[in-house]
Amino acid sequence: MPGADKETDLTERIEAFLADLKRGGSGTGPLRGSGEMARETTYLLRRITAQARWSSAGDLMEIIRNEGRRMTAAQPSETTVGNMVRRVLKIIREEYARSRGSSEETEQQESLHKLLTAGELSEENFRQHFVHLKANVIEAINELLTELDGTTDNIAMQALEHIHSNEVIMTVGRSRTVEAFLKDAARKRKFHVIVAECAPFCQGHEMATGLSKVGIETTVIADAAIFAVMSRVNKVIIGTQTVLANGGLRAVNGTHSVALAARHHSTPLIICAPMFKLSPQFPNEEDTFHKFVSPHEVLPFTAGEILSKVNVHCPVFDYVPPELITLFISNIGGNAPSYIYRLMSELYHPEDHKL
Amino acid sequence: SGLGMFSTIICGFLSPLVVKRLPEHVQVDDPAVVKRLAKKLERQQIPLRSDYGYKVSLFSHLHQYSRKAPLTQLLSIPSTVIHPSIVRLGLQYSQGIVAGSNARSVALLHAFKQVIRDYTTPPNEELSRDLVNKLKPYISFLNQCRPLSASMGNAIKYIKKEISNIPSQCKEEEAKTKLLKCIDRYIEEKIVLAAKAISKYAIEKISDGDVILVYGCSSLVNHILCEAFEKSRKFRVIVVDSRPRLEGREALRRLVQRGISCTYVLISALSYILPEVSKVFLGAHALLANGYVMSRVGTSQIALVARTFNVPVLVCCETYKFCERVQTDSFVSNELDDPDDLMVTRKGKTQLENWQDVSSLGLLNLVYDVTPPDFVDLVITDLGMIPCTSVPVVLRVKNLDQ
Repeated sequence: MPGADKETDLTERIEAFLADLKRGGSGTGPLRGSGEMARETTYLLRRITAQARWSSAGDLMEIIRNEGRRMTAAQPSETTVGNMVRRVLKIIREEYARSRGSSEETEQQESLHKLLTAGELSEENFRQHFVHLKANVIEAINELLTELDGTTDNIAMQALEHIHSNEVIMTVGRSRTVEAFLKDAARKRKFHVIVAECAPFCQGHEMATGLSKVGIETTVIADAAIFAVMSRVNKVIIGTQTVLANGGLRAVNGTHSVALAARHHSTPLIICAPMFKLSPQFPNEEDTFHKFVSPHEVLPFTAGEILSKVNVHCPVFDYVPPELITLFISNIGGNAPSYIYRLMSELYHPEDHKL
Repeated sequence: SGLGMFSTIICGFLSPLVVKRLPEHVQVDDPAVVKRLAKKLERQQIPLRSDYGYKVSLFSHLHQYSRKAPLTQLLSIPSTVIHPSIVRLGLQYSQGIVAGSNARSVALLHAFKQVIRDYTTPPNEELSRDLVNKLKPYISFLNQCRPLSASMGNAIKYIKKEISNIPSQCKEEEAKTKLLKCIDRYIEEKIVLAAKAISKYAIEKISDGDVILVYGCSSLVNHILCEAFEKSRKFRVIVVDSRPRLEGREALRRLVQRGISCTYVLISALSYILPEVSKVFLGAHALLANGYVMSRVGTSQIALVARTFNVPVLVCCETYKFCERVQTDSFVSNELDDPDDLMVTRKGKTQLENWQDVSSLGLLNLVYDVTPPDFVDLVITDLGMIPCTSVPVVLRVKNLDQ
């Protein structure tokens, strides 16, 4: 039966995706950027919408929520997966509301009346069947995909507004978004870039070779020299893994030192992060915030006997509080960290914050 | 002389105003100065070491040498001009075999002892003047191998003063024994006994249950921790290390050998590990007259982040490292190490392998940085525990003594 084939095909794809997620996080699989991750998740969600069996919006949301839970459990540190699931859930809610004909404003308003009668309202929704809902949802997901494709370009287009000539810009590690940002500015302006190599993975080296190839004056420094050279730096432009709900960052380790050094010298700290990195998590969840990789990156096995007598840590992420950040540049423009909560309410529905 | 930076500072009513001459090794971008140095080295028959690689424009005023091209390659061995123990010492400095402020000073003093032992006064010359002149080319040579540290500069100043104070009637053998005893006393007082005194003060600051953070490999801080452990204080140590030198591994080995429980992280994990830490102990390369602490690059970063987490920062420094210079940033006077050290091979691939071929790519390997005094809570010296800003007071007291 064609229906059953499609189902098994779908489950196979989901399982393959989950296995990929698990492997990619441990550092053994190929390193993928968050943009790729977001796109793959959205493709998969579109496929689920198209091929899974569902009759009402509520069913579809249940299916997607289940799959989303499994995906985030496979790799908790990869937050873009969860973010895309929440975006799609919001899309489904919007399309359902549009099909029902009710205006969207009444849904959004948090009146006292709504709060008191909240219980009954959320129950009765999403059970009606609409014929064109599937087509509408898939079209909206396609729009989301076009948006994802254009994020890096949208951010890079804003480069000339922020970088002037003869500036010294510092960056940490490797971020594809920041690389595109700087390369775009380099077409018209001449400036220097200092790249902190970000041990132990030393991704800064790749960034430096990429930037110097297009003729940008680049200098590679060790992490220890960040404070020493910060007095000569005009701006710090970095990327991040996740933007948290309070406007803080979960970025590669070493970023907090950079942020503190920048604050000490009153240097602006600019974050280039596309909107799909915005996550409704808060930094208080101790056990899910940090991620560690094998300590042999820090102290190799060749160190010998002392390995059995010492503790070695190799954390991957750092928390940067929102007070240290000057500006977020995303594909929808520039924002202050204090505005992040508002952007989040536009992207995700509050009930989807916990999948 | 190559030690212009250590000449007497403006001290008002104590001594006449002496204008300091800027040392040569921070004026590499001035061709007149470079020519003058080349002429001087030619006169002393010492080869000139050439710079290596593309220098970052911010540091064009400093030398940058490659470890693969030591000065001894340009020298004829055995050298008639330079004493062999000095040649060996220069090689040990430039290859990084002898590293660390105290180690370098002690090695220097031992080499000078050998020089003095082998010295014979030529006829019609006075020992006090001729020996000083003999030492000048050696100092230039060592400066070429690796720029002198502040502690070495103070040691050389002391030796020169002792030599010039030898009365002319003194017989050669007597004079030599006197000088050797002076040097031994200097090492004993300024380095060995100072370490003991500093340990005594520092151990008062270590309580049971402490978690102490140290950075890199400071001989003094390691000594303090080992002493404290002997005195049965219960604490554990977190060793922070940084690329490319990775000196922390040496400190880790020494501490683990004694049985101290240690944790090891890289400096990028500092924000993760600092909430556990109760105190930070740092070593110093020199203490400047405006209260800034000159130390291994990365120290200022540790002090900054520790200050943010409200962790006390204690700097341990002997008084012979106190310096009359002033400096506010890490650019004007620093040392550039071999830039090739930054290259790393991961998963079989070296990203920066051909960095020399790319014209717009530069690698920067700084050796020192300066920590502002507001990040440092206490300086523990052999004269007691003082705040950072009391350094000029100590210098004045020392000058009065001498």
